Amino acid sequence: MKHIKTLNTQTLQNTMKKGGCGECQTSCQSACKTSCTVGNQSCENSK
Amino acid sequence: MVHQYKNNGYHILLDVNSGAVHVVDELVYDMIPYYKEKGLDGTLEILRDRYPEDQIREAAADLDELIAAGKLYTEDIYENYIQEIAEAKKTVVKALCLHIAHDCNLACRYCFAEEGEYHGRRALMSFEVGKKALDFLIENSGSRRNLEVDFFGGEPLLNWQVVKDLVAYGREQEKLHNKNFRFTLTTNGVLLNDEVQEFVNREMANVVLSIDGRKKVHDYMRPFRNGKGSYDLILPKFRKLADSRNQEKYYVRGTFTGKNKDFSKDVLHLADLGFKQISVEPVVGTEDEDYALRKEELPELFAEYDRLAAEMVRRYRTEKEFTFFHFMLDLTGGPCVAKRLSGCGSGTEYLAVTPWGDLYPCHQFVGEEKYLMGNVDEGITKSDIREEFKKCNVYSKEKCRNCFAKFYCSGGCAANAYKFHGSINEAYEISCELERKRVECAIMIKAAEAEADAEL
Repeated sequence: MKHIKTLNTQTLQNTMKKGGCGECQTSCQSACKTSCTVGNQSCENSK
Repeated sequence: MVHQYKNNGYHILLDVNSGAVHVVDELVYDMIPYYKEKGLDGTLEILRDRYPEDQIREAAADLDELIAAGKLYTEDIYENYIQEIAEAKKTVVKALCLHIAHDCNLACRYCFAEEGEYHGRRALMSFEVGKKALDFLIENSGSRRNLEVDFFGGEPLLNWQVVKDLVAYGREQEKLHNKNFRFTLTTNGVLLNDEVQEFVNREMANVVLSIDGRKKVHDYMRPFRNGKGSYDLILPKFRKLADSRNQEKYYVRGTFTGKNKDFSKDVLHLADLGFKQISVEPVVGTEDEDYALRKEELPELFAEYDRLAAEMVRRYRTEKEFTFFHFMLDLTGGPCVAKRLSGCGSGTEYLAVTPWGDLYPCHQFVGEEKYLMGNVDEGITKSDIREEFKKCNVYSKEKCRNCFAKFYCSGGCAANAYKFHGSINEAYEISCELERKRVECAIMIKAAEAEADAEL
């Protein structure tokens, strides 16, 4: 594509198939404690 | 829904419902508001005077390709899905915040815990209560293997022996029950010493070190009870600890307030001291507090995030590169949509335990009697509170439905919503505005990094 560069390969729709296992870190346990920051967590299954 | 914006010279499209991020040229950027509704002919009509027709046709072919791949103009298809997941799954507990000490050796001005006392009395958690909390966690964790326990306060090092005893107990129990405990510690550093450091490095998956940034900023907000600042005492200890962990698996964690709206300088101060894992976050304070962040100050705060993001781009792949927690974004393998929609898990997967064993939805609700959910002896006695939290997600909040950042903050912090609006199904606007800005900056950084990588 000449006009567009897409930065990610995965889409959220695709994560519906295998998602929701719940093994990932609770967001508040990482560093925040006063805000909710889920988008920056990583998936335990993709490690 | 497509969110489009310009930042640091980049034209960016976020296709909200697929999470796809596209860096585009000016032509595509200008086509986006029209292309879906008006198609190629309508778009040509509007933009013909500004761009050559063959260019518009070529860009339209690119857009069609993205649409066909489910990466542009996608619909929100998750509302029923998330309800089905919530109903199908048994609620399990996977994380506890142990209030190991409701007491503190500092008297920070912005402390939501009222200098560690949480609207109550000073208290230390006993080993017995802590043990019951870990038993409760194991018992209620179902098939989850990874269990998180944060030693929190107040200041947990005021009750250090109990922390060590609980870690030992946890290590013994995890083997018996096929679990894996991930312990973390949040500390102000006053009592940090070699013995603590050695233990933390052996046992703790993460450690959060509270420091606000520049000495003047830190000392004003984080004094001892006698008014003296704590910066000079804690800084060398934090540097030593961070180095001893190879600059990994820790955060220096600060709070910025209305007193340091130029907080990018505090972040860069920490980075220039050599810290590589940095989190500096906005204070949550009501208008009557002189350090609170106010709506009219938002443009100033946005500019600070922009400055910080641009500087991080400049430092990319240099020795001075660092991680800023609120700009972290995993575009290759981030959390699944189920996680993104169910939020932080407070009141369901995540609970706080007071020194005397009471259970609350999270550390910020401790002391709010209305949200007392049970205790470590009897477990959850008020399941209606758990149900209220279970049902709280992006779709239960009107303000979130049309927000482009909904899959990044998952509806925001329930405690903040309750503090400002009296309901967990609300949203605290200042926090929302800042979150949206951070998502924009984080994506811009990814765009700049991708460009830099491509040049290599």
